[in-house]
Amino acid sequence: MTVVAPPEITHDDVRVEQGARPATRARRTPEVSLYAALAAAAGLTLLPFLWVVSGSLRSLDDIRAAPGAWLPSEVTFDNFVRLFALPGFSTYLVNSVAVAAVVVAGNLVAASAAGYALAKFDFAGKRLAFGAVMAALMVPYTATFVPQFVITVNLGLVDTLAGIALPSVALPISIFIMRQYASAIPDELLEAARIDGAGEFRIFSRIFVPLAGPALATITIVSFLAAWNNFIWPLVVAQSTSTYTLPVGLAATSQAAQNVTDYGLMLSGAIVVMLPVLVLFLFLQRYFVQGVAATGLR
Amino acid sequence: MTATTTSGKPLSVRLPRRSRRSGARRRSVIAWLFLLPFLAVFVVYTAIPTIAALGFSLTDLRGTDLRNPFAVDFIGLDNYAWLLSDSRFVRALGNTAIFVLVGVPLTMLLGFVLALALNEGIRRMRGVFRTIFYAPVVANVVAVALIWQYAFNTNGTVNEVVANLGLAGPNWLGDPNLAMPVVILLGVWRNFGTAMVLFLAGLQAVPQDVHEAAALDGAGWWRRLWHITMPLLMPTILLVSVLLTVFYLQVFDEPYLLTDGGPLGSTESVALYTYHQFGFGQFGLSSAASFAILVMVTVVSIIQLRLLRPRA
Repeated sequence: MTVVAPPEITHDDVRVEQGARPATRARRTPEVSLYAALAAAAGLTLLPFLWVVSGSLRSLDDIRAAPGAWLPSEVTFDNFVRLFALPGFSTYLVNSVAVAAVVVAGNLVAASAAGYALAKFDFAGKRLAFGAVMAALMVPYTATFVPQFVITVNLGLVDTLAGIALPSVALPISIFIMRQYASAIPDELLEAARIDGAGEFRIFSRIFVPLAGPALATITIVSFLAAWNNFIWPLVVAQSTSTYTLPVGLAATSQAAQNVTDYGLMLSGAIVVMLPVLVLFLFLQRYFVQGVAATGLR
Repeated sequence: MTATTTSGKPLSVRLPRRSRRSGARRRSVIAWLFLLPFLAVFVVYTAIPTIAALGFSLTDLRGTDLRNPFAVDFIGLDNYAWLLSDSRFVRALGNTAIFVLVGVPLTMLLGFVLALALNEGIRRMRGVFRTIFYAPVVANVVAVALIWQYAFNTNGTVNEVVANLGLAGPNWLGDPNLAMPVVILLGVWRNFGTAMVLFLAGLQAVPQDVHEAAALDGAGWWRRLWHITMPLLMPTILLVSVLLTVFYLQVFDEPYLLTDGGPLGSTESVALYTYHQFGFGQFGLSSAASFAILVMVTVVSIIQLRLLRPRA
């Protein structure tokens, strides 16, 4: 993928105050229609979310009787009960959580170490190392998954959670985020500790890492999102239901039921997959957006 | 002057210099140690696979050779020749072109208009709108694809509206002419939030005083948009167009989940073709097709670096 110099993003709408001139009637009319247009666009954007919530709360009979109805005739949580009773569903959930946990932990460690080295050390081969990060960002995963699969088979990791998690434990985007952040930390802080005789690992763990909080938060979000939403790689590596992650399990369940799609069940599964990320997003939006703005990547 | 200093250099000066040099070497070693976790993953999962993809594409590697990938036959460019003669691959190339040519402009336009509206048009609720428009980006694609199937099936919620208009709703995803627009719609819905956020960042970097000066000189809103905002936004426009082009060149999730490339191959992208060949055990062929994606993505990336260089 591609990386470009990070555009600065202002999260507080600073210009609101600046632009607040006394609104004349001529200005107010287009503004009102603009709000209306934006509200309509927001409604259309949210429509799929409305459908999934409403569909998941409809009973089997309700969906069969009126498949296209926008609202449930009667609200029921029956689909969720059936979902969690499905054999395998709790396994998928646990697998997804386990893979995400390993990926996030790996990224926090690998990115803080590598980002720190790239930003704060002068060493032979530094350009080469940074080139590796850029290359990793640019090579499309669709171009490498066949050899990756062959390697995974030969490492004996096919159909294991480790095989699913490993390629993502040191995402180049995490390293990039940490490197950008570390570059902004003044050298004097580290130099002072060095003069006091602190060892390099101590400087890293006691001085640098505590200062890197915001970057670590962004990396946590970005890598969690990557792991939780990853689809093609777990689809390739997981060969049995015991290693399916939630998205793979959900896709498999829906494809197995091609002709008699149980939409209520599927949509309740969709909610379980989407909810953790959407909740995180609502509360930690800043870090999601920073992840995008930092590199123009998702 | 240089001669005297080099020849007359006392031993006591040379010693610390040598120790400083060995200190630099020590720091190099430490730096590489810090980089080790990333580099290990990079070598195993990016560097070797990229080279191997090229190598595999020149062989007749099949699913049955997995344990012994070096015992295969070298067949030169046969895979590539076969691909070009395969009407299904050519179709996939054409479909991918449609994804790019329709998906990229639509996504950009939507993202740009919304960013402009949020940045200049309104003074309240910007945060709320931004949150709503960005939410599709973080929504899980498998989940969203299920919603799409629920909404766009013959008796789905979309056709409920169509029926209310007195028309018979089609089977959207089962119709070779309608499936592609519905698949692209999912791609656009999932990506316009990213474009919007990047455009918003670009717009906020446009200096306000230039705008005000132009407004004082009597330049209308459209004139200012065209002559001030757009030129200053050019780097962002390029960035977004490249990011989206790279995304749509590799589009996989949307067609795989909605139609699996059907009906009649009308939505099969090159990435999905690659996956299908992989599924048939045709690893060499699959690698050749995936290498085509790598080449296309690299070309786009190089064009992007070229275009951005003068300013950066």
